[in-house]
Parts: sequence; structure tokens; C-alpha cells
Amino acid sequence: MELWKLPAHSLHKLLVGGEVTAQEITSAFLQRLREVEPQLQAFITVTEELALEQAQEIDRRREKGEELPPLAGIPFALKDNISVRGIPTTCGSKMLENYIPVYDATIYKRLREAGSVLVGKTNMDEFAMGSSTEFSAFHVTRNPWNLERVPGGSSGGSAAAIAAGAANFALGTDTGGSIRQPAAFCGIVGIKPTYGRVSRYGVIPFASSLDQAGPMARTVTDAALVLNVISGHDQRDSTALKEPVPDYTSYLVPDVAGLKIGVPKEYFGEGIAPEVGAAIWEGIRLLEKLGARVEEFSLQTASHCLSAYYIIAPAEASSNLACYDGIRYGYRADVDDLLGMYTKSRRVLGSEVRRRIMLGTYALSAGYYDAYYHKAQQARTLIRQEFKEAFEKYDVLITPTTPNVAFALGAMVDDLLAMYLSDVCTLAANLAGLPAISLPCGFSQGMPIGMQILGKPFAEGKILQVAYTFEQETEYHKEFPPVSKGVM
Amino acid sequence: MQELEPVIGLEIHVELMTKTKLFCGCSVGFGAEPNSQTCPVCLGHPGSLPVLNKQAVEYAVKAGLALNCRIASTCKFDRKQYFYPDMSKNYQISQYDQPLCGEGYVDLEVDGKKKRIRIKRAHLEEDAGKLVHGSTAGGDVSLVDYNRSGVPLLEIVTEPDISSPAEARLFLTKLRNIIQYTGVSDCRMEEGSLRCDANISLRPRGTTELGTKTEIKNLNSFRAVERALAYEIERQTKVLAAGERVIQETRHWDEQAEVTRGMRSKEEAHDYRYFPDPNLLPLLVDQGWVERIRATLPELPDARKRRFMEELGLSDYDAEVLVAAKDVADYYEEVLKYYGDAKMAVNWVMVELMGLLRKEGLEITACPVSAENLGKLLVLQEKGTISGKMAKDIFAEMFSTGQDPETIVKEKGLSQISDAGVLAGLVDKVLAANPESVAAYRGGKDRALGYLVGQVMKETRGQANPQLVNQLLRERLDQPE
Repeated sequence: MELWKLPAHSLHKLLVGGEVTAQEITSAFLQRLREVEPQLQAFITVTEELALEQAQEIDRRREKGEELPPLAGIPFALKDNISVRGIPTTCGSKMLENYIPVYDATIYKRLREAGSVLVGKTNMDEFAMGSSTEFSAFHVTRNPWNLERVPGGSSGGSAAAIAAGAANFALGTDTGGSIRQPAAFCGIVGIKPTYGRVSRYGVIPFASSLDQAGPMARTVTDAALVLNVISGHDQRDSTALKEPVPDYTSYLVPDVAGLKIGVPKEYFGEGIAPEVGAAIWEGIRLLEKLGARVEEFSLQTASHCLSAYYIIAPAEASSNLACYDGIRYGYRADVDDLLGMYTKSRRVLGSEVRRRIMLGTYALSAGYYDAYYHKAQQARTLIRQEFKEAFEKYDVLITPTTPNVAFALGAMVDDLLAMYLSDVCTLAANLAGLPAISLPCGFSQGMPIGMQILGKPFAEGKILQVAYTFEQETEYHKEFPPVSKGVM
Repeated sequence: MQELEPVIGLEIHVELMTKTKLFCGCSVGFGAEPNSQTCPVCLGHPGSLPVLNKQAVEYAVKAGLALNCRIASTCKFDRKQYFYPDMSKNYQISQYDQPLCGEGYVDLEVDGKKKRIRIKRAHLEEDAGKLVHGSTAGGDVSLVDYNRSGVPLLEIVTEPDISSPAEARLFLTKLRNIIQYTGVSDCRMEEGSLRCDANISLRPRGTTELGTKTEIKNLNSFRAVERALAYEIERQTKVLAAGERVIQETRHWDEQAEVTRGMRSKEEAHDYRYFPDPNLLPLLVDQGWVERIRATLPELPDARKRRFMEELGLSDYDAEVLVAAKDVADYYEEVLKYYGDAKMAVNWVMVELMGLLRKEGLEITACPVSAENLGKLLVLQEKGTISGKMAKDIFAEMFSTGQDPETIVKEKGLSQISDAGVLAGLVDKVLAANPESVAAYRGGKDRALGYLVGQVMKETRGQANPQLVNQLLRERLDQPE
């Protein structure tokens, strides 16, 4: 029995039934991790010792007859921008290479309270700025479906690790698609929750009004279990709303009868690979066959998402990243004068990060604020408004997660606009604060295709139900990647 | 050249005395070990988030109400961005275009006339840390203490309604007084819990257009504000008289040299790039809550002064001096709980008590004589148990020992002799021993009476009731022989 291939709910059954120990589960995943990591390079830090300790603790609790929660003893990975006290949290940056947080992120704390076992911190584009994980300051992570391709980003390490079975689930963060795009590229499930659903305390920010952490897992059920644990108000995060948290697994019912699906035409137009569009439509038709009602409609604001995003996100980033000045923590250049220390220290930031800081600084500058930041916020309001109207007509919206399947390593490092465009389908959910899920719905060129389902704010249950129904009717999630070079 | 008039506006930062900081749970106490009152939030550690302290909002609203400000029903927090090592995030959370407190005013009395200084706005913001420069074996160092980082401040901005340095000082004194009355800040300039920057420009008297202003920083006392403004008026007058233009800039007050100096323009070329802090939701201020806060406002200085004058019959001067220091006025009112003569009490508080406090360099809050004991002392005097002279001596004793007046009177056997029977014998004795004085008095020299009273007092070691002695002596002397 290959434990690393099993979903969390199956592992839980084996564990409480006494058929395996948490240590055996963790060891199985760690072994798998060691097996695939040389090819994938999905991790920045592997916390093997800690994982075994945490697993041992779960076994002790089980022996004492304690009732174990559903994710107890389940190994997981964290994107390396989620703080863990005492464990390096680098954000994929040389700036934070030696930074060790003095406190835990709320979501890590919640997973620990649920008994989950941390196996490591995963690679990411520096400060989550990128869509391929090639902008990590440390190394490139490869796609387990084809080692010549990118895993997507910025949560590429988490996606690759989960697809390959190096952990059962992972947490990623999503500012413009950073959970969903790599989930799609690696053939797994990724959820970007409603803005305010999950605490951001301890999650190192990229763009605070857009960032949201969420689960990445092999199945919809596992993702729902993780969402159950991490969701909810946090007194340390004013933007983590008090909206009650339902049991998301209660939505895992295969039923879409009468469901109204809206399909925004703009997400199937120019720039979308025909195979991708076809696979999504095939998925939509399947849901229709199961009783859903499908209607195409137009989202007029769709074309403005990218430009609004590339003003707002860098603007917030320019401010959020100002704290990296070499004074309190992080890299400090050895220079005598203050200005020199600032500039030299900050030069350790990668080119993409510096580019976005400059963009954002410009957009907020006196004389430009109205033309850029303010305008982008106005566009954002319109985008939000249009989605609100759409959800008066439809229960969920379905689009491709990405315009194409995972691209080749190096293909876009010199064509940033093309890379930015790979997020074109996912940005709107962040701008409008909506929950969205990506799940596997086909293959093209031997690479997974992701289908995105969007819901109205706090309708995670609804999108989980649609995703679950689809998953029950398809086999894509049962495929395991070869972790080898594919045929390009 | 036309006569010029100064146009002055002030920006005052008041530290709010909340238990914890504006956006985290750290303590705000002054003088703690450097960096001991810090956490990931106020140190700006990656991923930490601010959570607004409701008490700070309440205090800001309270101060705003006391300054007659309109309280916004909704406001927001913005990031003011600049790099400086005392800024833990390299941005300060402040309020840019939607302050918590809008227009308000403070009324002054200038040359017997009411003068209204308008408040433009008052907003909440977090304080920065403090840089300490020093040297170690390894060379010169700059150290940062983040204890102050995140301490709640209320920034109060006036309209340019102030017309002279003296008026600026008067305004500050009044403002401090009002804030102290609300109890939201102790407003100690020496501890930095009240800070002031001043904007000043000149214009031809009688015109309305504003001239180019300069901003003066590093004002560490009310006196400094007054002196710096006076200096700046002189400087700008000279500049304008020479046909030059005043440069809009920030100038630093040099306390020793008593001059303002322009800071290098590079240092002040700030574009703060304000934008709404996405980590904080817009603040909705419930107007019912505001009214409940208004109901907790204490009687403010102007109202109290009016009451002191109208109900207690105090003079304008006495009432003004009393209310100008809340603690003194509080003490005074406490004394009145034990002693009913308001005018007598005000003299004692303002002359005897304040005199000794000044001499010992003590604040009234550290006064060794409780208001209750002072009240009791005055009662003893009124009842004639002790004389006025004795009261003063006993008071001095109370001040140095902290004892209550009854104990001192008892222990020292100081109570006044008011028994006519006892005094009559002594009066006879003194009269018999001083025939010359008796003759002098009867010869029309009233002054001789004083001498005789003194003799009786001497016999009783000062304990005789002087009025009674006086009366007894007159009775005897005025009797036909």
C-alpha cells in the first residue's frame, strides 16, 4: 500500500482504525519526498525531524484513546511565506534567507491544533511575485508531469509537492491566481477562499487587499477538510471576517440539479488555447448533463482586470515590502551610512520584485495617484459590481483556470507580459474578493488542464459541491504524475 | 513698507493614555527598558497585522468632543510612507483625508475679548520609535528603541487663526488644559506626550491672502514655541523687507542658539504616497456611542470657571488660576467638601499651599497635605480653636509630616485659649505689670493696646485667642479707674 497516494480521509480511517501509525504515514510521505525532491526541487526547507516529532505526538494521543480530528497525523507542506516560529521563512527571497519568525501564522497554528504534521516549507516566486516559481531566489521547481515545464506559481512548490505525493496537502497563497494557476498546471485542487474567510496573520504579504491563503490538495474532499480548519475569524486580523464557518464537507454531495452555471464568454476568447477551452466546455456539458442549467453571458469588465491588478498589487507591494530595509531583520548590507544601507540592502531583492516595487511606488506618487491607483480602484469597484450582478443570475461561474497548460521552463522569463497573461483568468476573483476553486478537468500535451469555478462571497460550500460532483464523475484526479521528462 | 501681521497655525501631537498601543496589545508605559514593550506588530515583523484599539478611538473621540469637533460617522486609516529607522514598517498608519474628528474650536480670552481658534481636524495615528545615538568600543552607533512605536497619538491641526506668539502659547496652554480635563492624556511636553509644530507666515495687515509659510519643528516647550515664532517673525520680516521671498520649508528650532535653521531640502522632499491601509477596515463610528462618550465628559475648564465665579463667588483671576490646573482645582473642590468658606479656601490653596509646593518643587498630586486635612485645619481656625497665625504654623507642620491638624494641635498643646475666665487673670496680670502702657493707651495712644495684646500672647505662648484678648483688654482699659 502506497500511503502517499491516499487521500486524507482514507489515511484518517487507517489511523484511527489502528492499521497504521501517524509515524508510518509521515515516514511514507517523507520517503516519497526524498524520492522526488531531487527532480522537483519543490521545497526550500524540509522539516523532517519536526514532522516525525509531531507524528509521534499524534500516536501518543491515539494510544491514550483520544479522539483524533480528521487531519490529525496528516502530513502537509506550507508555502514559504507562511510564518512558523523557529523555522526559516524565506518568502523565496535572499532578503529573508536567514529570517526566522518569532511567531506562528494563525493558519499554521490552526493546522497544528488539528494535529497535522509539517513536512516542509515550499518554494515560491520571490515574495509571491511570479507565475512559474522561476523567480525564486533559490532554485527552480519543476512540474512533476513534465520536468521541463514550470509548475506554475507563485505557489509552485506546494503544487508540485502535492501532485507528486511529497505531502498530502499544502497551503498556498493567492494574490492573483497563485494557488489556482499552479494547481491547474500540476493537476490538483486549489482553493482561493473569499477575501476575509482565512486569517492572513503571519502570512508575509504581497498585496494585502488581494492576498488569501488556501488549501491545495489532490481531491476536493481533502481541500474541504483543510478549509474547515483554516477558515474563520481571527482577532489578530481585522479583515478576517466573523462570518460563521460551515462544515464544508457537508457540501460534498454529488448534486447539481437545477444549478445555474454562468459561462462568461470573455474567458474563452482570444489567447485561450483551443484544447483548454474545449476541455472546460466538455466539463460544463457534463455538469449540464447532470442537471445544471448553463448560460453564456458577457462580463464587460473582464478586459480591465489585468491592468487594474497590475496597478493595485504593485502599489500595495511597494508599501508592504518597505519594511525590508536591513534594520530589524533580514539581509543587511555592510555600509556605513543610512541611505547606503537602505539601497544596498534592498538591492538583494530580485529584479521582478524590484520592478513591482518601482511600478507601485510610481502608481502611488503625487501627481500619478489619481491616474493610476485611484482609477484602478474605481475599475475594481466596477468589476466587483459586475460580479455581484452576475451572481444574482447564476449560482457559480465556470472558466478555464489558465489560458494554456504549463509552459516550458524559461519560456517566459524574458516575456513578462506573456507571463502576466497566464493569470488573466484568475485575477478577477482576487479583485472582487470571490472564492474560486481550480480542479483537474483534462489533459493537453500530456499536461493537466484546470477548470475554475467561482462563487459569490462566502459561497465556498457551493463551489465545493459543484467541484465534488464533477470530481465524482471524472477520473482526472486519480492520475499520478510520472515525475519525469515528458514529451514536449 | 506696510505693516505685517503673523498668521500662525499649530499641529499638536497628543499621546493618548491608553493601556495598550494603537494596533497591538503592548503596554505604552514611559521609561521602560528599551525594546521591552514590543511585539511582532509594533516591530513590523513580516506578516503581522494591526488591530485597532477601541479605547484609543474612544479617547480620541472624547478629546475631539472636548474641542467641539464634529465626529465623523465613518473614517479610514492610511499609510504615510517614508523611510526612517524609527519607523518599523517604513510607513506610519495615520489618517489622511478622512480624520476621525472634523472641525472644532477652542475659545481664548485675548485682551479681555473672546478669540476663537478653529480646529481644522484631529486624527489618530501611531507613534514611531526613538533613535538613540551613541558610541561604543566599535565606534559610533545609532540604536533604535521601539517601545514608543505604535503608541496612539491624536494629531490636532488648527486653522491659521493665531495672530501672535503669545496667543500661540495661550492656545497651547488652554488646549493642554482641556485635554487634561478629559483625562485622555497627561500632555507632558518633557516626556513627549504633547508635541507641537508651528506653521507661520506673514502678510500685510488687513489682507486675507496667506503668505508663504515655514514649518518650525523641534519645539520642546511652550516657551520654545513662543520664542521660535517670535524669532521667525523677525526673520521673515527681514527677508520680506529685503525684497526677497520666504522659502516654504521646514525649519528646526535651535534651543541653545535661539534661532530657527532651515533643514536641507533633500531631507524634506517627501512624497508620502498616502493610500488606504488595506489591513484595516473603514471605521464606522456609531453616533450613539459618541453620545455615550459625550455623556462621560467632565466639566471642562470654561464651564468650571463660570461655576467658580457664579456659584462660589471667586474672582475672575482666582477662578482662572484654579481651573488652569485641573489638579489644583480638583484639590480645591475637595477642600470645600470639608470646609464651607470658598473664598478663604481659595486663598489658602493659592497662597499657602501653592507657595509651599513651589518651594519644595512638588506637584499638587504629590502634596503631603490631603485636601481633607486642609479643610479640617480651616475649620479649626474658623471655630477659633486656633488662631490664623497658628493655622499657618500648623499647616507648615502638616506639610512636612503629613499629619492631620487635630493630632498636631493635641500633641503640641497648641489649641487656642478662648476661655475668658482663664484669660481675664492673665490680662489683669499684664495690666498690673505695664502701668506705662496702660497710661499711654488711656492717654490716647491706641498703639499701646497692641503691645499689651502681645504681652498676653507671650504669656500664653501664642495660644490665647487674640480677638478675645483684645476684647478683654479694651473692656478693662475702657472702664473708669
